[in-house]
Amino acid sequence: MTETLLKLTDVRKHFPAGRGASVKAVNGVSLEIRRGETLGLVGESGCGKTTLGRTIVKLYRPDGGRIEYGGQDVWSFDRKQNLDYRKKVQIIYQDPYASLDPLSVVSTSIAEGLNIHKMYRSSKERHERVLELLRLVGLNPEHANRFPHEFSGGQRQRIGIARALALEPELIVCDEPISALDVSIQAQIVNLMMQLQQDMGLSYIFITHDLSMVKQISDRIAVMYLGSIVELAPSDMLYEHHCHPYTQALLSAIPIPDPETERTRKRILLQGDAPNPTALGDSCDFAGRCPCATDKCRSQRPALTEIEPGHWAACHYSQAL
Amino acid sequence: MNRFLPDDFEALPADSFDKEQIVRPPTTYLKDVWRNFKKRKTALVSLIILAVIVLMVIFGPMMTKYNYYSNDYGAVNQPPGGEHLFGTDTLGRDMWARVWVGGRVSLIIAILATIIPYAIGMVVGGISGYFGGKVDLVIMRLVDIMLGIPSMIYNILLMIVLGSGNILTLVIAFTITGWLSAARTTRGLVLQLKTREFVMASETLGASPGRIILRHLIPNTLGISVVGMTMTIPNIIFSEAFLSFIGLGVAPPNPSWGQLIKAASETFKNYPYQFTIPCACISITLLCFNLLGDGLRDALDPRLRT
Repeated sequence: MTETLLKLTDVRKHFPAGRGASVKAVNGVSLEIRRGETLGLVGESGCGKTTLGRTIVKLYRPDGGRIEYGGQDVWSFDRKQNLDYRKKVQIIYQDPYASLDPLSVVSTSIAEGLNIHKMYRSSKERHERVLELLRLVGLNPEHANRFPHEFSGGQRQRIGIARALALEPELIVCDEPISALDVSIQAQIVNLMMQLQQDMGLSYIFITHDLSMVKQISDRIAVMYLGSIVELAPSDMLYEHHCHPYTQALLSAIPIPDPETERTRKRILLQGDAPNPTALGDSCDFAGRCPCATDKCRSQRPALTEIEPGHWAACHYSQAL
Repeated sequence: MNRFLPDDFEALPADSFDKEQIVRPPTTYLKDVWRNFKKRKTALVSLIILAVIVLMVIFGPMMTKYNYYSNDYGAVNQPPGGEHLFGTDTLGRDMWARVWVGGRVSLIIAILATIIPYAIGMVVGGISGYFGGKVDLVIMRLVDIMLGIPSMIYNILLMIVLGSGNILTLVIAFTITGWLSAARTTRGLVLQLKTREFVMASETLGASPGRIILRHLIPNTLGISVVGMTMTIPNIIFSEAFLSFIGLGVAPPNPSWGQLIKAASETFKNYPYQFTIPCACISITLLCFNLLGDGLRDALDPRLRT
């Protein structure tokens, strides 16, 4: 069993929505991230993927539950531990156009973390390190003195990666790092990230809604629906044998790159929209849209249970599917 | 039609030139701003004219043997040229000396009473916007209350406490009311900026709130603040003139540009030069500040680079 890097226990994050109501963006998520693995986190828009990612990097304070790093709750850290956590856990943002300060040249952006953590004494050493990072992510070191607006989306995303890597982190939360890029660039960035993982022993939490991509890169995949994890399994197992009707519907939406097969492909179309996340009751969250929901689903909330080693699902009828 | 053949081209070896030499020289943000600013000719000319005015304000009074306060009833209302370069006023005081000494007062007040309130306002607005919640609530209610009281009341009260006719008093009076609008503007801009991912990125890198506010938030609001500042400068100069007129500004015989204009407006028909010279000084200065601010705003944003 590999070492657990980060452990989430029943993490909740609710946002006030006026009149005492709250949006339960993350509603009781328990997860473990192991050293060196890639955990894919998939789900439709608004299911709380990004909120969970940002809660992990301490941008949001959870309203319940614990996030443990090295066996200690990350919100009980003192100043020094906190700074260390900031160094070890980094995030790559979704929008490469918004994630760089438009007024800072690239070298300044990348060096910011180095400055904050005082990692290099002389400015010359620090500059050397910045150039090295640029080379590492496949950018020209000559671009160090350019401004973000002079780069394309893919190049900016590489700058974002270099900025996260500068601190030599253990875990990088990748918040849809490729969704704003076109397909050929997506492949480049993903290959780069996998190469870096091999070389530096990084762990990734890879948040995405691109199901074909997540299969390629993840060791394990967690499927999220309305703030909770509905299924969690090693990726091969999940694609071969999924036990939650939501996963089934989600996976049936992957297009097949062969027109003949694509035409005959069976899709499970979900009826209706996701329910209002301010009013989640005792029922299964998915009951309203599930093609095989029963009365039990509408009255009892299923727990995430292990149905075979390493494979967890939250459905009353997971064995039957 | 000529067609290119493969033989027409010759591959250059990749390392035929030194790549290091085509690298853009390392810059910081401020160096880049200056480099951009230099390219804008009107702004640069404005800066030079302002520099000349500042030099004249400092050294002008030394160029004449007359001082700004001595009366000479033998030489009242003399036209420009001759013994008195800018002529004399109704009390026979040398206008050259009075214009430049008056410029000292006007310029010092205009610059200090713009920069100090803006600096305070930007920091307070930055704090208010970034932290939000209760901090924001308290600061913004304070701003609301202070804005509700007319600035003239602060001015009069301060003059009573600190004594009138003092540049420092005027600067303090303008500062007390001036930082309010700067704080509001900055807060609004910061509220918009702080949800941008580059601010979060800085936070996840471990940056302290002070660093985020000073390094990322305030610089990104500077372009808009600079425009506000160039609009504030003329207001300050005219407010000072008004305060002097009602006896709360600089006290006679100390001149200021606003005061010279007020005094000369009474005899404008007979002695237009007494009026036009300080007017020209104010107009040129304000025009230069406006053009300078315009150029500075463009130079502050690397995306507007030509």
